[in-house]
Amino acid sequence: MRAYLAILGKDVRQELRTKEMITAMAVFALLVMLIFNFALGIGHTDKNTLAAAVLWVAFTFAGTLGLNRSMSQERAGESLRGLLLCPVDRSVIFLAKATANLIFMLAVELVAIPVAIILFNLKLVPSMVWLPLVLFLGSLGFATVGTVFATMATGTRARDWLLPLLLLPIEIPVIIGAVQATATILTGEPPTNAGMGFNLLVACDVIYLAVCYVLFEYAVEV
Amino acid sequence: MPNNDNTGSKRFLPAMIVVGFFGIMSAICMVFAYAPQERVMGIVQKIFYFHVSSAWIAFLAFFLVLVGSVAYLWTRNAKWDRFAHSSDEVGVVFTTIVLLTGPLWGKPVWGGWWAWDPRLTTTLILWLIAVAYLLIRAFVDDRDQAARYCAVLGIIGALDLPIIHYSVEWWRSIHPSPIVLKKGGGGLTPEMLKTLFVSMGAFTILFVVLVTVRMNLQAMREKAHDLRRLIGQRRST
Repeated sequence: MRAYLAILGKDVRQELRTKEMITAMAVFALLVMLIFNFALGIGHTDKNTLAAAVLWVAFTFAGTLGLNRSMSQERAGESLRGLLLCPVDRSVIFLAKATANLIFMLAVELVAIPVAIILFNLKLVPSMVWLPLVLFLGSLGFATVGTVFATMATGTRARDWLLPLLLLPIEIPVIIGAVQATATILTGEPPTNAGMGFNLLVACDVIYLAVCYVLFEYAVEV
Repeated sequence: MPNNDNTGSKRFLPAMIVVGFFGIMSAICMVFAYAPQERVMGIVQKIFYFHVSSAWIAFLAFFLVLVGSVAYLWTRNAKWDRFAHSSDEVGVVFTTIVLLTGPLWGKPVWGGWWAWDPRLTTTLILWLIAVAYLLIRAFVDDRDQAARYCAVLGIIGALDLPIIHYSVEWWRSIHPSPIVLKKGGGGLTPEMLKTLFVSMGAFTILFVVLVTVRMNLQAMREKAHDLRRLIGQRRST
């Protein structure tokens, strides 16, 4: 019993001194609420929107896991430093890492979509030929900012759990756009009918890619 | 940008503190004695003056984070990093005030604590990004590294805010939510407007004072840190 209390006391005292874990957990909880709110919408939600929301929330969290892994691999054994010593431009490293992350996300999505079709009893509609395009655009928005932020997050003491706190607020427009475009496809219409949703995705992708292309250099500098 | 050399701000800072003190005092007096009571909302509406002023500071602070971040990456002058860091920290305080006074006002007037209004939502996300900025500071020990990381987040965050605002606006138009009464924006009397401008001015001075103090503190902290390391090195040799 004394040992139990001693260890408990130590843990509580440690957390009270830094308050790091509690802060991070609280912010994370708030972010998850926000993400679900934007994915699901307020009030009445039909089956297609629900499926699209669940899919994109799943991709968001799966993507965060993958991005962390891809960069912590580079940090381990100083292989990132080795990469930086190569006589190539930093932006080439960024494009290659971002493309790799994009490919992995798309691979997961291609597996997840058929599963979702079965689990949610989704109707197979001809407009689904548009799905790969929307998946690509949505994942691109994640891969660009995600690659930069994962490089930074894995360089901190927090290692792998800082990434969602940095990435999720930034990605809210992408999630909104991707969910709306996907929901429109599932109801049997082309994603361009999703109003601004599709344009929002394209605009985010262009801006994120341009900004991250320039800023990656500062995130990797040793 | 504010002159943050300890010597330069010696006269500037006390003057600003005095001006700020009288500014805030006169803002409070004007809010309660000069500005007329709003007919429909009553006394609750008085929160409006400080709420809007805080919101103005919140967005000004984050804009200055963008300016400081770009300038830091460009010049690598630590002063700009201190400027961005201090703006962010003070900005978090004012954003928190906005997010607390908003629901206090919204509950009696809108009938709900919160509405997914683009302005509210963007402010909440702004707060989250600004807190993430401070988390990076907490988790990176190397000063230059922390400065670079924060600058990258500051730039991406600030550029993303207009997109977030726009996307929430659009998102809300397709998801009708509980009816939100329009804020009494159109029906401000000249007295109310004057009071608002005085409190916005007073808050801006307060912001400048806080950021200057915070920057000086940061500069001293960095100096103390360097000295401590120097002593450590001497001892070990």
